[in-house]
Amino acid sequence: MATSRETAANKRSSSKSGPARRTSGGAKKAATPDQGQSDLIRKPPEIAKFTTEEDSQAYRDMLLIRRFEEKAGQLYGRGLIGGFCHLYIGQEAVVTGVQMVLKEGDQVITAYRDHGHMLATGMDPKGVMAELTGRRGGYSKGKGGSMHMFSRDKHFYGGHGIVGAQVSLGTGLAFANRYRGNDNLCCTYFGDGAANQGQVYESFNMASLWDLPVIYIIENNQYAMGTSVTRSSAETHFNQRGVSFRIPGMEVDGMDVRAVKAAAEEAAEFVRGGNGPIILEMKTYRYRGHSMSDPAKYRSKEEVDKMKDREHDPIERVKARLIDGGMSEEDVKAIDKEIRGVINEAAEFAQNDPEPDPSELWTDIYAEDGSEAA
Amino acid sequence: MNMVQALNSALDVKLEDDPDILTFGEDVGYFGGVFRVTDKLQEKYGLTRCFDTPISEGGIVATAIGMGAYGLRPVVEIQFADYILPAFDQLVSEAARLRYRSNGEFWAPITVRVPYGGGIFGGQTHSQSPEALFAHVVGLKSVIPSNPYDAKGLLISAIEDDDPVIFFEPKRLYNGLFEGRPDDPVKPWKDHPLADVPEDVYRIPLGKARMVREGADVTVLAYGTMVHVALSAIEECGIDAELIDLRSIVPLDIDAIVESVQRTGRCVIAHEASRYGGFGGELSALVQERCFHHLRAPIERVAGWDTPYPHAFEWDYFPGPQRVIDAMQRTQEV
Ligand SMILES: Cc1ncc(C[n+]2csc(CCOP(=O)(O)OP(=O)(O)O)c2C)c(N)n1
Ligand SMILES: [Mg+2]
Repeated sequence: MATSRETAANKRSSSKSGPARRTSGGAKKAATPDQGQSDLIRKPPEIAKFTTEEDSQAYRDMLLIRRFEEKAGQLYGRGLIGGFCHLYIGQEAVVTGVQMVLKEGDQVITAYRDHGHMLATGMDPKGVMAELTGRRGGYSKGKGGSMHMFSRDKHFYGGHGIVGAQVSLGTGLAFANRYRGNDNLCCTYFGDGAANQGQVYESFNMASLWDLPVIYIIENNQYAMGTSVTRSSAETHFNQRGVSFRIPGMEVDGMDVRAVKAAAEEAAEFVRGGNGPIILEMKTYRYRGHSMSDPAKYRSKEEVDKMKDREHDPIERVKARLIDGGMSEEDVKAIDKEIRGVINEAAEFAQNDPEPDPSELWTDIYAEDGSEAA
Repeated sequence: MNMVQALNSALDVKLEDDPDILTFGEDVGYFGGVFRVTDKLQEKYGLTRCFDTPISEGGIVATAIGMGAYGLRPVVEIQFADYILPAFDQLVSEAARLRYRSNGEFWAPITVRVPYGGGIFGGQTHSQSPEALFAHVVGLKSVIPSNPYDAKGLLISAIEDDDPVIFFEPKRLYNGLFEGRPDDPVKPWKDHPLADVPEDVYRIPLGKARMVREGADVTVLAYGTMVHVALSAIEECGIDAELIDLRSIVPLDIDAIVESVQRTGRCVIAHEASRYGGFGGELSALVQERCFHHLRAPIERVAGWDTPYPHAFEWDYFPGPQRVIDAMQRTQEV
């Protein structure tokens, strides 16, 4: 371990330099008394203006996620999707804004509210929807379901049902980037609730100790199932959760795709510069229940409605900008129509694709599929 | 009462009874638990005795052990059995060993409630039956009720027990009976005799099995959801099987098992968990050791396949009544 760490660290220090670069090696990194914590709690960057192209790209990408999730909700309601299904509606700006700054090879890993992340990395809506319906053409051949999908091609490392687990895995992915000496980073997403798992802090310490290129993106939608942040967290400013590990953090308006993109840009530059991890706390909101079976009685309708209104909704905000910027209603409608077409096609596929063959139950357990039904 | 209400009632009467008892876990307080088992308990007993925790299974169990060592009796909920693994170290290394290690000075009188099992389309991370992992750990007890009446009586005994108890709740049975026939309409508990649950405190001792059905041809050993699957299988196929609901696997009512198998000369063991290394292996060894000369057929095990719990093949994976029938028939052919 020590050897590979040194190798990785040396590689980094000799090949890169960045603005606020720390020297590698634990001891040198310790804060001097006058250094304090002020450098760790960072102001988010100014919100950059989007070009019309950027706005229309963001609009498309977010709308694709929203329409996908709405369709998944409908199919669930009709009994075509079973089990657990967690919709991302309301949080679309987070993954869309971050994805805009990633480059080929950057990894993405998240929890079970994962459909949006998959679509954002460019995974095929058909394969995602077919996984929900448990069909052969699903990304995990129907064996994983909503919470467990992966794509090597798109560098998407799942889809994880155990809360917090992906945070440590993402840290390992970042280590691998560093070890290989590539210029990639790992976007590790998790929720406000997951932020209380012990392994998150084990990971923070390692990532900072070894200067790993990881962006920890905490999607603070203010609830973990039925438990609000204030009922579960002693420190509710999640951007400060890395302070004792000397990890800087920013609080970002996760309902504004421009704010997300600006913060992600700065974060990506920071971690690619060999400065170790950074935390982005995205203030966001989920409109639906925790999962399809949650009537969400633990919060008021007013609270939800306020977040859904035109001023807050991430998609409405972009749409308004597009129209202000001169895009015609027809052109906006044309995008909507195109997206609906893609989603309908995905839904068709997910309903007509055959179920997997039961022999598939026995594949991909070990490297060699030798087992059989006993 | 259904199973949820019976469990709620057990917690209620014990919280009322003993100020050292408290209950906590994820979504347990304000929300009343994702399965509603702790519904209204926070209202009734206040924030210090029924409360929410962060999502920190290791911490939940570990703090409970500390509380227990100082004389409190915490009852914690791990939301799904699949999430208990972050707490496994604390259960194995601390809770199970505290008494032995401290020369009997300290112990961990904690109860860990865990909804477990499949049949709910939960896939890999919401369907597992990990009881064998715990049965293997000396110092822990493992209890698995199959109906509302037992659920209340066993939970009260578990709470009063001075050793750490893992209390597995078959979540598919919470709100109704399930016989492993997914196309049948849901059968509510209310018509079942074991749904007649007294409001007051009563106890069912740990380690005492229940005779569900007497029979002469084969002994079927089951617990949790599989008790109902097995009963339905027996009724369908007409074999005169004796069905024993183990209720707890540690401690185990070995006397009841031996007495029955010595009479019938045949034995089928059924559990939802996968087969290899499952608790059925231990049961099979015990039966073989103690009933060798009475056995007239190989012992049969009906279990989940040795694969992860899949999303798409729920009913291929779940050991339904047909698999139990096939196993019973195999014992008759010898
Ligand atoms: C180890 C573990 N504990 C508990 C759960 C149950 N659980 C699933 S999601 C969830 C809430 C997580 O909330 P958060 O991290 O804020 O993510 P969000 O659902 O808001 O996206 C809980 C408690 C789990 N899946 N895994
Ligand atoms: Mg949350």
